[in-house]
Amino acid sequence: MSDPSTPIFSCADVHVFIGEKEVVKGVDLNVPRGELHAIMGPNGSGKSTLANAVMGHPAYAFSGKVFLDGEEISGLAPDEKARKGLFLAFQYPVAVPGVTVASFLRAAVSARRNADVPVREFRKELMARMEELEMDTSFAGRYLNDGFSGGEKKRLEVLQLRMLRPRFALLDETDSGLDIDALRIVAAGINAAAADGTGMLLVTHYQRLLNYVKPDVVHVFMDGRIVRSGGPELALELEERGYDWLDPAARAGNGRGEGGR
Amino acid sequence: MSTESETRLDIGTDYASKYGFHDPEEYFARAPKGLSHEVVEMISLLKKEPEWMRELRHRSLDIFLAKPMPSWGDTELLSQIDFDEITYYVRATEKQEKSWDDLPEGVKRTFDRLGIPEAERKFLAGVSAQYESEVVYHSVKEELTKQGVIFLDMDSGLREHEEIVKKFFGTVIPPADNKFAALNSAVWSGGSFIYVPPHTEVAIPLQAYFRINAERMGQFERTLIIADEGSKVHYIEGCTAPVYSTNSLHSAVVELIARKGATIRYTTIQNWSNNIYNLVTKRAVAYEDARVEWVDGNIGSKLTMKYPAVILRGERAHGEVLSIAFAGPGQHQDAGAKMTHLAPNTTSQITSKSISKDGGRASYRGLVKIRKGATGCKTSVQCDALLIGAQARTDTYPTMEIDEDDVRVEHEARVSKLGDEQLFYLRSRGLSDAQARLMIVNGFIEPFVRELPMEYAVELNRLIELEMEGSVG
Repeated sequence: MSDPSTPIFSCADVHVFIGEKEVVKGVDLNVPRGELHAIMGPNGSGKSTLANAVMGHPAYAFSGKVFLDGEEISGLAPDEKARKGLFLAFQYPVAVPGVTVASFLRAAVSARRNADVPVREFRKELMARMEELEMDTSFAGRYLNDGFSGGEKKRLEVLQLRMLRPRFALLDETDSGLDIDALRIVAAGINAAAADGTGMLLVTHYQRLLNYVKPDVVHVFMDGRIVRSGGPELALELEERGYDWLDPAARAGNGRGEGGR
Repeated sequence: MSTESETRLDIGTDYASKYGFHDPEEYFARAPKGLSHEVVEMISLLKKEPEWMRELRHRSLDIFLAKPMPSWGDTELLSQIDFDEITYYVRATEKQEKSWDDLPEGVKRTFDRLGIPEAERKFLAGVSAQYESEVVYHSVKEELTKQGVIFLDMDSGLREHEEIVKKFFGTVIPPADNKFAALNSAVWSGGSFIYVPPHTEVAIPLQAYFRINAERMGQFERTLIIADEGSKVHYIEGCTAPVYSTNSLHSAVVELIARKGATIRYTTIQNWSNNIYNLVTKRAVAYEDARVEWVDGNIGSKLTMKYPAVILRGERAHGEVLSIAFAGPGQHQDAGAKMTHLAPNTTSQITSKSISKDGGRASYRGLVKIRKGATGCKTSVQCDALLIGAQARTDTYPTMEIDEDDVRVEHEARVSKLGDEQLFYLRSRGLSDAQARLMIVNGFIEPFVRELPMEYAVELNRLIELEMEGSVG
């Protein structure tokens, strides 16, 4: 399983339907161990849908195969995937009123590690990670995403990424809605997770996160497909030229309005 | 009316010849089911009650028999109650027990089975534990005695402090208030009697455990709490009932009197088995600057109808109801609150949270009245309903009768479904479907649980967990 040549994450022939509509139209992707990939694409191209469907969002019909460290996980429930080490940072994290960040995280960490983490040990780790992300300690006592600002939600997603130590993480627009300071902090958290050995796929619309986090490979995603893959220089090219030059169907207008996920 | 009560008063003189025995012990040892003046007479005789209480019981029975069933609420379920099949009095042990060790083994075993933790048992040293219809255990902490606080079961209260009981009994909830209040007034047994002297603060919550434990028996406890001027008391009742095969009726009456500047908090956690009708009348009167808080948790039962009320009689009095109801499959929780503003600058707040799961039904039924002349009043009503599963149902019946213009009234109702998005989010973090659901529900009731003492919070969370697993009932 831990043959170093086995990709940490791969998927083959992935199609995703929302109702009758095919949103992801056949995606094959390999992320070798120790690498960080980015998927970039215009709004509505289906990149967020891909990330959510891989995690197992119940609203999507999924076909294809997903492998985590060589093990097929496509048929598993979202919580089973999570316990095996797959993670999704949500673009729009959901509020759960009445549940504190600390109690939620302790339950999640215990599930992921398949062991009850002692309170003191957990608390120490949580405080250390929160400090890294420049979060006030009062954050731990707040209700999960309840009344959080956009930036606070994103920071909490990265906090979870750090606490859960997944093998592979899908980060869905984790950079959106952040001011420059928050972007720097979030990027530092992502880099720290990468340094800890978490493989990653960054789903993003803008290249600005990539000023802080250096991907090994950039994939351009349009109309439900990967239309081009290249090195980090591809991101800069997209920043300059936009997406239209890569889109055979650009004449039909952009894909805005189809919903990001 | 008077001629009728004349005839009634000779009931009991001829029962010996009629039924062939004199001894009420013997009478109840045969556990006759059904309701009659004989039963009422026997209860009163057994308790060696004063004449006025005996009369009150008989009068109440007449009111009960004359009053029709409520025409609102769950009339279908109500109509299924067979009053002839209910036992109206059950005596568990011969006398009041003084300490835990003196309790009969069977009673102790019941407490064991219900999993009351050691810490809580210690608390029991200062509480009355009601086993079947009789208070079997009741010892008042020395501290309370020193403070002049009276904390007795209602029967002892009547015996030892007849003058206070006679003055207040039935003044907040008269027998004619409703059919079930009349029933309780006729056959009441047990419950708590508390009197807190002026300017006395009771530091520890006074607790009572109520347990129903005999098949087809009814339980009709009667509680009266009087907090004298400037005093403060917190009373807690908790119920856990084993599961039965036949219907059982629980119909309590709770009267609270908060005199000038007094504070009463009354906390209830009720967990009835699925076959129990829980039809309870709870009402408080709050005088000038007094404060009454009902914290009311309803879990289980076949049908619960309960609307804790506060009559805000004195200026600046404050009333609060914070309640949760959990209705599982086959259960109907019809719960709510009533606030009656009679005096100026009185304030009230109702927070009602309900959870309906898999065919369960929770209704909020509330009434806020502001009388003409009660200027400067404020009231706020908030109802939150959470639906789990496709068949769950929730209804809201809020009524506002506002006869004064110079008031502030707020009402907010929210219904949410335990949603796929919340579940997916939690599951994507490794929580199982069951864990995720439980977490969402626990979060929903957190504002309620926060108000409970620790051991009750733990017990409630455990009950909710069992309900969510569907393993209760």
